[in-house]
Formats: sequence, C-alpha cells, structure tokens
Amino acid sequence: MTQAKGPQASPGPGGWSQYNLPDAQGHFGQFGGRFVAETLMHALDELEAVYRERMGDAAFQAQFKEELRSYVGRPTPLYHAERLSTELGGAQIYMKREDLNHTGAHKVNSALGQALLAKHMGKRRIIAETGAGQHGVASATVAARLGLECVVYMGEEDVQRQSPNVYRMKLLGATVVPVTSGSKTLKDALSEAMRDWVTNVDHTHYIIGTVAGPHPYPMIVRDFQSVIGEETRAQCLETLGRLPDTLVACVGGGSNALGLFYPFIKDEGVRLVGVEAGGYGLATGKHAAPLSTGVPGVLHGNRTYLMEDEDGQIIATHSVSAGLDYPGVGPEHAFLKDAHRAEYVAVTDDDALTAFHEVTRKEGIIPALETSHALAWILEHAPKLPKDHVIVVNLSGRGDKDIFTIAEREGISL
Amino acid sequence: MSRLATRFAARKASGQKALVTYLVAGDPEPQATLPALRALAAGGADVIELGVPFSDPEAEGPDIQGGCERALRHGVKLRDVLAMAKAFRQEDNETALVLMGYLNSVERMGYEVFAEAAQDAGIDGLIMVNLPPEEAEALQGYLAPRAIDLIFLLAPTTTEDRARAILQRASGFVYYVSLKGTTGAGHIDAEDVAARLAPLRAMTELPIAIGFGIRDAVTARAMAPLGDGIVVGSAVVRQMGALPLAEQPAALEGMARSLREALDSSC
Repeated sequence: MTQAKGPQASPGPGGWSQYNLPDAQGHFGQFGGRFVAETLMHALDELEAVYRERMGDAAFQAQFKEELRSYVGRPTPLYHAERLSTELGGAQIYMKREDLNHTGAHKVNSALGQALLAKHMGKRRIIAETGAGQHGVASATVAARLGLECVVYMGEEDVQRQSPNVYRMKLLGATVVPVTSGSKTLKDALSEAMRDWVTNVDHTHYIIGTVAGPHPYPMIVRDFQSVIGEETRAQCLETLGRLPDTLVACVGGGSNALGLFYPFIKDEGVRLVGVEAGGYGLATGKHAAPLSTGVPGVLHGNRTYLMEDEDGQIIATHSVSAGLDYPGVGPEHAFLKDAHRAEYVAVTDDDALTAFHEVTRKEGIIPALETSHALAWILEHAPKLPKDHVIVVNLSGRGDKDIFTIAEREGISL
Repeated sequence: MSRLATRFAARKASGQKALVTYLVAGDPEPQATLPALRALAAGGADVIELGVPFSDPEAEGPDIQGGCERALRHGVKLRDVLAMAKAFRQEDNETALVLMGYLNSVERMGYEVFAEAAQDAGIDGLIMVNLPPEEAEALQGYLAPRAIDLIFLLAPTTTEDRARAILQRASGFVYYVSLKGTTGAGHIDAEDVAARLAPLRAMTELPIAIGFGIRDAVTARAMAPLGDGIVVGSAVVRQMGALPLAEQPAALEGMARSLREALDSSC
C-alpha cells in the first residue's frame, strides 16, 4: 500500500449497526472517490444531485418499484435447492433466482434504475460497457423500453466469446462497438465508454454496470441492486423465520454480490463470502482476483484493489467467464475486505465448470459461468457445514449465453 | 521563479504566446525521446509535457493511446521517464518540463518517492489527468515544498463556482481543455473557447494554456489570441509514430518552428 490514509478500514464509531458509507465525497475508507478527467466532474455532480433528489421522491420510487414488478418480474423466488443440499449432505442451499429476471440476470435492476434517472435528467442517449454481455443486454432492453438511443462498448475478445448476447443487443436496437484497444476485454470497454461519455456528456448518460467507477456510481448501483438482498432478507424471515447464516456471490466488479450483501451488512452474524475468478489458479497469475492478490490503486474513477505490475500498469486478466474478467473491483468490496466484514476467495475456471454441470444436472438450472464460481464455493464448503446451516447464493444469471463457450472447451461442436 | 512561470512571463513580456508540446516518453522507442525533447526545444517549445505511458489512458484519443502502447511494448516505466527527463535537464536548464499521466503510476511509486525523484530530475510540473483537486491534497503536499507545480485542468463543463475553487489551488499554469472529448479530437470551436475563457481570465493571474484539438498552424493561430499559450500533443505523437527514428528530430523541430511562427503571426 502506497498511500495509507487515516485509520485502517473500520465501520466507524457506531460499529456495523451504524454503517453508513460512502461519505460525502464517495469514500469507503481509503477506497472509492472520484478520479476522472475534469470534463466529467460536472456530470457526476449532476448525477449525484438528481439521484439524491429522486431517492427521496415517492413518485420515482413507486415508478421504479412498479417497473421492477411488472417489467422485470420481481420479486424473484428464493428457491430451496433440496436435491443439491441432500446430495452434498451439509448446509441447506437456497438460491436467489436473479436468473429469472427479464433479460436473465441481475444487471437489469440497476440498468432500469439508471435509465429512469437518465430520463429524469433529460438525457436521450445511454451508453454502457459490457463483458459477458448481460449488462449490455439489460441496457439495450431498458433503452428500448424507454425510447432511448443505446450504444454498448464491448471488448473484441468478448464480442467473439459472447456472440448470442451481441446479437440480442442488436435485435434490441443497440449499437455494439467492438473495442480493439489494450486487452480487448471489459476494462478496455470501460475506458472506451468513458471516452464516449467525455465527448457526449451533454446528452448522454453512462450506465455503469457494476458497483465501481467514480462516485456516485458505486453507491447508485449498490442501492438499485439492493433489492436482491432486501427481498432475500424478507423471504428468509418469512419462510425460515430467521436470517441466513451465509451469503455467497461471485465478484467481478461486484454488483450482484453487493446487492445481496448490503442489506445484511448490519447483521454481523451473517457471513458474507465473495468469490472471485481464480482463472488457471492464483499461483499462475492468470486470473481475475484483485481482492485475493491485488494492491490498492486508481483505475476507472475510483481507488480500489487492482491487478497491476510494479510500475502500476494494469495487467491482463484471465477468466473463463467474460463477466468476471476485470482487473479491479467495486471500492465497497475493497473496504469490506479490509474491515473484515466480508471474506473473498477465488475459484478456478475448472472448478467453476464442474459446478456449472453439477447444478445444471442436479437442479435443472443452467447457471451463468460467473454464477458458477459462487456455486463452486458451495460444492466445496456446504458438505462441511451442519444441516441447519442456511446458505443463500445469488443465482445471478442464467447460463444460456455460455453454452457455446462451454461446448467449445469440451470439444463439442454445436 | 519556476521555469514555468519564467517561460510564460518571458513570452508575455515580449507580446508572444507560449508553445507547449507533448510527447509520450519512450514512444515509439526509448531512444527516440531525448532527441525529440531537444528538437522540440530547438524549434521553440517553452514547455514540454512528457507523457508517462499508462496501460489504460481513459482520457486519450487514438494517437496518444497508440503512443502509450508503443512505449509500453518497450517496457518503459515511470522511473525510466524520470531518467529521460533528468538527461534532458542536464543539457537544457531553460525549457520547462511537465510530467503528464495517470495517478496510478504515481500512486504505485509512492507520492513521496515520486516527488523526490521528480525534483531530482528537474521536473517543473505535474498534470494528473484523473486527479481532480478534491483528491489532490495529499499529493500536492509532497509536490509544493519541492517547487513542483500541480497543474489542474479546466473544461468546458466546469462551472464558474468550481473553476474558482480549482483556481485557488492551481499553480504553474492553468490547462484549459478546449473541447468536450479526448485528446486529439477534431471539433475545436474558437468562439466557444473565447466565451468560456473570459470569466476564467477574471479569476486568475496564472497563465492559461489551451489544449485538446490544436493540431497545426491554422488551429494554433485561431486559439493563440485567446490564451497565454497553446498545447499541441496528439499531432506530435502521430509524427513520432509515423516516422523512422532518424527522421523524427528534424520533423519535430520543423513542426515546433511552424507552430512558433503561427503563434507569433497571430498576435
């Protein structure tokens, strides 16, 4: 760590029950903040002001809630994976079925909220970056729904490995721009989207897909995604009469994980586990697990854990899942790690694929490759936990988009 | 008086505008940089911004992105850039040198280590593209005692209140970003720049250099009367990328000279 600032990560004098970050400048301890070119500062101020105004506006909240209900299909079920639980012989596994959302993943929760904000700001064009294509599809979908122009930036390599989602975005009327700079993956798509935004900031809103980027994005995306954890909390209390013991979610940028975790941060008895992409294994260096192996640094508008070399250059990441293939992570996760409120582990490509097949065959649910990382953690740990231990996993997305990748890896031609 | 202040003041005293040029250190290869710095200085550059190559230069257009990629292919690191600056400084004590780049390079080295090394290399100023004043206090605390100016950018989207707050913290010169876009974009508008600079003028005594989108004598001539200096970056980087090593110095010197003449004929 180069710039230790102030005390080590701590939830503040009131403890976790008073947890109330970010601060007014968007900091989560030393993480977060607003590190962008001057041209964007005004747009971020404006976004923050509009967001704070709308969050206190009952009509906006009602509109958002109704869209989530009637268009997205919320609330999503909390499903007891009984067969898998019995098979593993340990903890009871519950799945928060974000894959059943319209567009097939949790991404739509935030894309919808942000598109509504864009409408309120009078912006007629939205841009988005995407890795696996789920956030791109969600953005293209809500753009179609709300009559907004939509441009999606996607790394050229991801355009290749997620072709079904590319076609879906085009069908929805979006323009998909393949990004050929740098490593041609998610981080480069994010940089390119920021370049577009700086050029078209007057009439364009940038819908960032994860809990990263300059303040207020990590806060806004977290808040819109918190519907996942709020529903989970209520569903657990209703069906189990108590809170779950452990929450598990995959972490790329970390939006599905934070959406699930956030409403439980104050419940210190609930264990929070984030699963990063271990790629070929942490020891190989070919992975996308900045919380497991990275150092704090500044990229894409915020200070957070990054995968970088000794000169501060961002290094190429690897994951079988395009949606986790990112060298940074949301700043609130960085804070929760340092404050020891959440723990972060990594799962390899191979283990994620094993979990993908296992859950598909045992539960009749085809999970996304991203989600499969969280499921791999469960396969390893659930057997060691008592039968009355309740794990909730965020089944963050469905795996239809990944069948070509999986078939190719397994030498099957479709 | 710092070299930045001296150079801007000298141009002003003689009724001229300052010429600020930019190149990416180590682009297209490390050996190109020292001859390029000499050539730009010989052609009349008052200030040279030495770009620190970064893997994810999110505010740059394609030219400077390309320059960063070429330099990084040769493994050019921040400490190499400082060594290049120091080598130039040993033979030229007049031309102001500014490092320009992204915060992560400096964070990784550590603020204090960087500030010391930059002072040792004879660096006069620092531009961190993604470091707004709100987050700059810690770094400025290491730079100011070493007489290294932290140069802030003002943009067409910067409100007057915000500009006032930024200018209170600014030193060296003020970099006015002439358009909404990335470096090297092609839609600079003189009338718009003039209208936005007028209120800024009244807020600061610091020299104002105008940059982003100035690529040749014509655009330089159009912008020169509006500020105290102009910045030409992407056009230089494009030359560096297009020419063989041996031809670069003469081309850059000629380019700087023609920009110098354009500035002198504009006022």
